[in-house]
Amino acid sequence: MDPDLPAESMYREHILDHYEHPRNYRRLKKPDAASLGTNPLCGDEVKIELQVKGGKIVDVAFQGGGCAISKASASLITEGIKGRSLAEVKMMTKDDVLELLAIPISPVRLKCALLSLQVLENAITKYEAKHGRAHHH
Amino acid sequence: MTLSFPILRRKIHGKRLVYLDNAATTQRPKEVIDALSDFYASHNANINRGVYALSVEATERWDAARERVARFIHALPDEIIFTKGTTEAINIVAHSFESGIRPGDEVIVTVAEHHANFVPWQALCKRKKARLVVLALDKKTGFSLLALRKALSPKTRIVAFSMVSNVLGCATPSKEACALIRKHDDTISILIDGAQAVSHMPVDVARLGCDFFAFSAHKMLGPFGVGVLYCKRTALLSLEPLILGGDMIESVSVNETVFSKGTRKFEGGTQNVAGVIGFDAAIGILEKEGMAHLHKELNDIGTYAWDLLSKVSGVTLHSPRRGNNGIISFSVAGIHPHDIASLLDSEGIAIRAGHHCAQPLMGALGISTCCRASFYMYNTKKDAAALQRAVKKAKKVFHGS
Ligand SMILES: Cc1ncc(COP(=O)(O)O)c(C=O)c1O
Repeated sequence: MDPDLPAESMYREHILDHYEHPRNYRRLKKPDAASLGTNPLCGDEVKIELQVKGGKIVDVAFQGGGCAISKASASLITEGIKGRSLAEVKMMTKDDVLELLAIPISPVRLKCALLSLQVLENAITKYEAKHGRAHHH
Repeated sequence: MTLSFPILRRKIHGKRLVYLDNAATTQRPKEVIDALSDFYASHNANINRGVYALSVEATERWDAARERVARFIHALPDEIIFTKGTTEAINIVAHSFESGIRPGDEVIVTVAEHHANFVPWQALCKRKKARLVVLALDKKTGFSLLALRKALSPKTRIVAFSMVSNVLGCATPSKEACALIRKHDDTISILIDGAQAVSHMPVDVARLGCDFFAFSAHKMLGPFGVGVLYCKRTALLSLEPLILGGDMIESVSVNETVFSKGTRKFEGGTQNVAGVIGFDAAIGILEKEGMAHLHKELNDIGTYAWDLLSKVSGVTLHSPRRGNNGIISFSVAGIHPHDIASLLDSEGIAIRAGHHCAQPLMGALGISTCCRASFYMYNTKKDAAALQRAVKKAKKVFHGS
């Protein structure tokens, strides 16, 4: 992004909405997998829990997350993956997350934006280690 | 003040730069930038070795810088070790206790230490099965002499504390603390992390009574990559070099090496000569400014900014109103420090948001991160007012009011 772009443009209405009213901001009773990650920049933590059935994410929840960018990102990601197959979700990239956020992210804040994606990947890896890989057919 | 800081003419996002991250690193005046470029342009050579004119010149300037640094903190030149910063200085001292510390020995630090004065001691204690004793802060006074007195034991070997906190800005009663420790047992080694002290107030290491004192040039108008370890003459023998190699030896044979005498053996490898000479220029400026005067100015503007921020609803101030040395940590209800810092940046205001390399202190304050605005000699009341305005504006972005 243009380094001269003021940060103000990050704080669009939808970001603030997801920050103040995060979706899936709760705990799962019996998660099939969970993972916790820390943003080294600020020490903030995000925990993501998954419930999986037949290779699909049937429920997802998150806790923690500090700044507006990291919380909105967790909220948008969890919203976006519910009901989708593990195989599909594993293909998610950094660009997909940035597309979900739909705001210019300054390089220093990328870590905040991408923490949840990393935590999600770890949660899926843990799930697959425990339950074996999902069948694709 | 006629000093000029070229960077302060910069525009950030079209706005005047208001630089308030001085506790992380200060800006450099033209005099220091010129000293660096003048050295490279006209005197550049390696020191201590060459017999040719340039090398002699460079060595003379290097030696003069060491004398200036010594004078500035009331030490002797042969008590000054150049390092690359406070962190390396503290690591040299911690490393030196590798052989001297035994299982069950105790090292006292405070919960307010910068990681630079925490992690090396924690690691040493882990390796040596020694005990790290972490002093809590007093709610009112910060550093607590009472807590220190209670923590001192027959097993205490080292006490390490910062003279000024990089988060709260408040000063430790360092002289009283040293006296208390000496009275308890004068064989205890005392290290003071002076990274935020030398830049903010007059320092006299001889009067303080510590064995070791560490600081960094870049926090006091000087270049990056230069720091100082003051080591009291009588403590020099207890130090072990951390960096082995060239420039720190008397002689090397296939079977044996004899290290240089005195401070030389701690300055292994080619040194940051230009940086040290730039540091000399920086100290010259601080001497002209007068540290007692600067200390008063920074505390005045610190209280002024504290008062302005305290008028904004939802702002919690972690630094004390008085005696904060222009270092003001704060939180804004409902808004993460990163978001505050990003929004302030759009106004051209540079503040720090995060844990400030002091996670144990964050834990003690019951927060994981906070905002920190830190002032220096070029900051004005106008900057403090801009800070207050921008925090109000950030609140508007988030809460609409
Ligand atoms: C109190 C304190 N101690 C130690 C340090 C570490 O200094 P440096 O990074 O220059 O080694 C700092 C600065 O970050 C500091 O504020």
